[in-house]
Amino acid sequence: MNSISTKYATLIAMVAVIVIAPMFFPSSFYYRIGALIFINGLAVMGLVVLIGYAGQVSLGHAGFVGIGAYAAALGPIYLGLPPVLGIVLGALISGSLAWLIGRPILRLRGHYLAVATLGVGILIYMVLNNEAQLTGGPDGMPVQAIGLKEFLKSIGYSVKGSVMWYWLAAIVLLVGAVIGLNLHDSPTGRALRSLHDSEIAARTVGIDVARYKLRAFVISAVYASVAGSQLALMNKFISPDVASFLHSVELVTMTVLGGASVIFGALVGATILTALPQVLTMFEDFEHVLLGLIMMLVMIFMRAGLVPSLIKLIRRLTK
Amino acid sequence: MTLLQIEGLGINFGGLAAVDKVSFAAKPGEIVSIIGPNGAGKTTLFNLISGIYTPSCGRVMLSGQDITALPPHRLAALGMSRTFQNLQVFQQMSVLENVMAGCHMGEGNHIFADLLALPATRARTRKSRTTALELLGRVGLADQADQEASALSYGALKRLEIARALATNPRLLLLDEPAAGCNAVETEEIDNLIAQIAEEGIAILLVEHDMKLVMKISNHIVVLDHGKKITEGTPQDVAKDPKVIEAYLGSSAGKEVSNAVG
Repeated sequence: MNSISTKYATLIAMVAVIVIAPMFFPSSFYYRIGALIFINGLAVMGLVVLIGYAGQVSLGHAGFVGIGAYAAALGPIYLGLPPVLGIVLGALISGSLAWLIGRPILRLRGHYLAVATLGVGILIYMVLNNEAQLTGGPDGMPVQAIGLKEFLKSIGYSVKGSVMWYWLAAIVLLVGAVIGLNLHDSPTGRALRSLHDSEIAARTVGIDVARYKLRAFVISAVYASVAGSQLALMNKFISPDVASFLHSVELVTMTVLGGASVIFGALVGATILTALPQVLTMFEDFEHVLLGLIMMLVMIFMRAGLVPSLIKLIRRLTK
Repeated sequence: MTLLQIEGLGINFGGLAAVDKVSFAAKPGEIVSIIGPNGAGKTTLFNLISGIYTPSCGRVMLSGQDITALPPHRLAALGMSRTFQNLQVFQQMSVLENVMAGCHMGEGNHIFADLLALPATRARTRKSRTTALELLGRVGLADQADQEASALSYGALKRLEIARALATNPRLLLLDEPAAGCNAVETEEIDNLIAQIAEEGIAILLVEHDMKLVMKISNHIVVLDHGKKITEGTPQDVAKDPKVIEAYLGSSAGKEVSNAVG
């Protein structure tokens, strides 16, 4: 069965990348970049479900990243939650909020939907910025550590924070990938992909289009939120910038660059756009120019995104 | 034993009555064709019945239940499905997946089981796959099941849409120009397929320009012109009706119809 093999091929490729990459890391700094890539990749996977499966665009997903981040930061302070439960709290808030605002928003189509989600993202950003007594405002706030490092030490494993986060974020990413891949070939996944191609035909086979769009939106919000929580816990510091419009655009760009229709594309897109700025700093002033150029070339020559285009190319060559 | 009853159905587009108080009925297993010149309102009538447009007047009754202006997914649950004149295939899915999407209503609604790929979800997918393969065999597309839908020929896509509509287990099937753009062989295949579907007791509403096909397989024909029903009856009656010949068919096409009827 074709789809099953796609699922395992994707997972094997991801595990291989995750395990092999550290062999080439010259310093522990690279573990941090790796963890950052996996965390971004998780948020992007949510967008693969929303953009790639269901065909709906959100320009406000960094807002949910922000909610997840601040839930992990504020939960321990105000509710006395352990930081890990802060992740769950963030996911619950993000999911509920996405469900509430998604109901009216997802009746809109195309550009209107993008603009409405943009508004939501900016609103969350403003709240995080302005509620200074709670969030520390634009200066950000410290975040309580997750405590896993101390726990590992107590049972005799002493690891660097960056190394620990590399593996932790990798495991969460893999779980996210399994769920995303499961969804793809499930009844719900088929419903999402069919409304992507033709809403009207999806309706005539009995698919409640509004309800399924809402589900994709909620799922993607939860992905983004978990990514945000991890980011806050890893950095032990958080500022409203994670919820900024620019970050939303970055996430969408990663999604489209890697190839919105495939889960593996999320990892590729996140890797390129997270690592490239680090590599390109040697070109300093030309960083943005090069980034823009790469984006343009991909959009002109590989419109489906890197991964789907490469798969197609390989299939054609091996035929 | 009326399955579908259309009563005074109409819609206005900016003062123009695109469909003007049209009434007719269809029984289970009956093939009812709607014919008329271009712009007569045939597709608009289809869109009214299938819930895509909201009518400005009139009612649509299915088995005695008022289903006027229900959204299409509710209509599908009540047993109405359709195909489209301008194809609405799920282009990025495989041929098989297109028909499996048609099995949606039989798969139920289990989002968490789907996310976790629980055995129940996999069983549902297997069941849909079996149903879909059967239907693809019926429309002669079993060999192309794993191809991407966009790779199919036009005639094959028309049949794919029929298979997808059948997957919803309909009581009433609306076919909007199923033979348009098909060659003689393909038209013949679709013709046989439609007759078979009707034999199973599914009522069929057909919009079609191929007069030969219409005259051959219809039990009942409704003739529209400028949004109004000008007449209805058996193929023989309609073909002989001077109003039809004059208002719609014209003299040469009229001959074609008489030839087709024999």
